[in-house]
Parts: sequence; structure tokens; C-alpha cells
Amino acid sequence: MIFLRIIALCAAVGACASVEYKGSGDLGVIIERAVGSVLIVNTTTRSKIARVEGLGDLSHASAVYSRDEHYVYVFGRDGGLSKIDILAGKLVNRVVQGDNAIGGAVSQDGRLIAVSNYTPGGVRVFDAETLKMVADIPAVYGTEGKASKTVGLVDAPGRRFVFTLYDGGEIWLADLNDPAKPVITKYKDIGSLPYDALITPGGHYYIAGLFGEDGMALLDLWKPEAGVTRILGDYGKGSEKLPVYKMPHLEGWAVVDGKAFVPAVGRNEVLIIDTATWKQAGSIPVHGQPIFVAARPDGRHIWVNFALPNNDVIQIIDVATNSVVKELTPGKGVLHMEFTPRGEEVWVSVRDIDRVLVYDTADFHVVKELPADKPSGIFFTSRAHRIGL
Amino acid sequence: MRNDALIVVLALCLSAFSTVLFADIRSERQTELLYLLDHDCGSCHGMTRKGGLGSPLLPSLLAERSDDALASIILDGIPGTPMPPWRPLINVEETRWLVRILRNKEEKP
Repeated sequence: MIFLRIIALCAAVGACASVEYKGSGDLGVIIERAVGSVLIVNTTTRSKIARVEGLGDLSHASAVYSRDEHYVYVFGRDGGLSKIDILAGKLVNRVVQGDNAIGGAVSQDGRLIAVSNYTPGGVRVFDAETLKMVADIPAVYGTEGKASKTVGLVDAPGRRFVFTLYDGGEIWLADLNDPAKPVITKYKDIGSLPYDALITPGGHYYIAGLFGEDGMALLDLWKPEAGVTRILGDYGKGSEKLPVYKMPHLEGWAVVDGKAFVPAVGRNEVLIIDTATWKQAGSIPVHGQPIFVAARPDGRHIWVNFALPNNDVIQIIDVATNSVVKELTPGKGVLHMEFTPRGEEVWVSVRDIDRVLVYDTADFHVVKELPADKPSGIFFTSRAHRIGL
Repeated sequence: MRNDALIVVLALCLSAFSTVLFADIRSERQTELLYLLDHDCGSCHGMTRKGGLGSPLLPSLLAERSDDALASIILDGIPGTPMPPWRPLINVEETRWLVRILRNKEEKP
């Protein structure tokens, strides 16, 4: 409003030299999980520019961006879907669309926002402009009419969404070209307790991680009629699994030069997969149960954080040698790492010290520390133009 | 009759014993445990304990299970599910204290 008045005044006087336009390509949000707020930050000035409160339960919250990088949609645990104008630093719309939710996705054309729900189990799809519900897809499986918790919801090319039924052990491919009549293709018996999933950066493969058994379930979206195949099924057979104190996260996985790097489950290893054959090509011993295995945008380094009781450490793997080349100890409760768009710096949320640390990714020194209340997910606007984020 | 009386006496002894044990949990450790409950248990069960990938932990839903049963789930996990054994990180007395905390609050304020 103030901004408009200034413009009006300028127009009336006709003497203003310039109007300040603001870009948003170097902005982002940090979730403050315990107090239900987000910080809007600038990665060029490395500073907080606003705080938006009143977003409900943000434990395990995540976010996606509008394609103009003007709005961020925040998905809360309590089913809240909040649309925030990041330039104005204001909440513009909020609906509570379910009782218990776990993330969401934005469609290829930016017009639809899909939310993954634990309760009621399934996916709900909303108009990105108005947040009015346009499709409801209960994840009913089996013969008893039970709805499954859904996980691993991503967007896929062709105005489609893909998600996985945690209880049902199925992958569903939902074509939303006509939101009034979603066309669902179901892939059953994909494996036991799929806990999360990802789509490769080009949108070619969708892969669900399995908790209940070894291996992962792979769907080739160029050949969806071929069905789901199991990969890495022989990994770790016969060896005792370690307790897993936090589920690994597959979003933001690392694919570099034909090799994919994924967290092992119940083993202190990062697995290397050859993406030509989808066979295991090696493993890298690491400090604990990996949570995020995130490639720096240029692909040379992979940053890994860990589950309790090793969540105070980050290890950096050099892809040239497949070995750990650096270990950092930012503090207890390292929850997330987000690279700047081209990766010269990485922002790390450290929950237990109420800080976000910004590291130089070349020499690993801390460039900046920002206070934040129990920070968790960090999401920069560069995600707006990446499939699956 | 005698059995009943014996049970009462045993229960009294146990509760007195428990109180002594709980008193042995230093206040800093209690703070750590509450933090763990909110944030680490909370990552699956929800910070408000209304559930997530893991079951809700509200007292009304826990009522049907005994303290021992709940302690055993926390200490040894539930095989075949993502619930891990917490025994390496929390001892028996601390677990019993956590069970009492869980039973007392319908919802975290």
C-alpha cells in the first residue's frame, strides 16, 4: 500500500528518477518449526528480511514456490497450507486442508498445489491462486477401504503428480490435466513401508525408499506401462541393521555423472547407484545414519547430515574420490542444508543452538551466523524452476 | 484378600521406589529428555503428539497399555516398524519418567 502511494505521488509530481523494483531470485525461507513461523531471508546480503508468524504446527514443514518466485506455499504438519508473499513478507492466504500432513508439490505449470496427507490419508489438490480445492484423491488401498498415509509427493512433467502409499505399499501416478477428473495409475506391491520418494532432476525416474525391506522401488516415467521394478534388493542382505532414529529424506538427492548417491537405511553408509543399470556401484562409510545426501549444484561435493545421536556432524564427500574429505561440527540438531542457487555457499539449520550457519563451500569457513528459533527446513526460490522440488 | 493386600503393598513400594528413581534424574537431564520428546520423538509422532508417520501419543490412546508395555516399546522398539529401540540413548528409569510425562498431557500447550 505504501509502495503504491509512493508510485502515485511520483506519477503526480512526475519527478521521480526511478522506481525500485525488487527481484526475488536470491530470497528464501527458513522454517522455525516450534513457534510456527518462517523467516524470509536474502542470500546475497545474508540477512533476515522478514518474519511471518501464525502458521500453525510447522514440525516437519516444507515449502514450494510459485514460478514467478513471488509466493511460497508452506505445508505444515497440522494440515495448514499457507501462501506467503515473500516480497511483501506477508501471509496472503491460509487453509487448513487436512488433520495431519506431510509436504506438498507444485504442478509443472505452477497452477496447482498438491498436499500429501497422513490424515485423512491421500492427496488434495488446490488452485495455486485461490487455494480452493480442485481435487481430492483418497489413498484407499486393499479390500477394507482403509486410507493410507501418503509420502514422497512430487510433481512430474505433464501436469502430473506422483506419490507413494506408506501403509498400502503402492505408487500412484496422478494425471491432473483435468483436475475435475484426475486419472490415476496405481502400481501395487512395490515393497514394504515405503518411507519417502524422489524424482530424478529431469523427471525421468521416480524412486521410493523402502523401510520394511532392503532396496528401492523404481518407476520409469518414460515407460510407465512397464511398471515398478525393484532396485538394490540385495543390498546388505544378512547383516544386522542399526536402529534408525530419524527417517532419511530422499528429496534433493544427488545425481552426478551417471551416479546417484542415496542414504542407506540402518547402515552408516551412503550408497552409490549406477543410473545406467540401477545396480549398486559402491558405498561410502560415513559418520552415522545419513538423513540428507545433497549435492552441491556443480556436483563435485556431496554434503551429508545424520540422525540422532550423530546429528551434530556434517560430512562432505568428494565425488572425484568417493571419500569423505571434510567433517564439520556445526552443533547439535543439524536438520537441513540448502545451497545457494549456484552453490558457493550453503545454509545449515542447527536446531539446538537456534542458529543458521552459512558456510563457504570452497573452504568450509562460516561466513555468517543468523539467529533463528529452532530452525528446520530451508528453501530458496531457485527451487521454483526445478522439477520435483 | 491376602493377595490383594500384597498387591497394594507392592504397588506402594513400587511407587515409592519410582519416586526415588525419578528424583535421581537430574533436572538438566529432565530438560534434555523433554527436549528429546518434543523434537526427536516429535519428528515422527508430532510435536503436539498427535501423530505423523508414527502413532499419536495422546494419553487417551495410551490408556489401554500398561506402563511396562509402553516402556518396553520405547526401550526395545517395535520390530518391523520404524519405531527404533531407544535403549542405547535412554535408560530404564528415564523411560519410566517419560511414560509418566506422556500420560499426563493430552496435548502439548
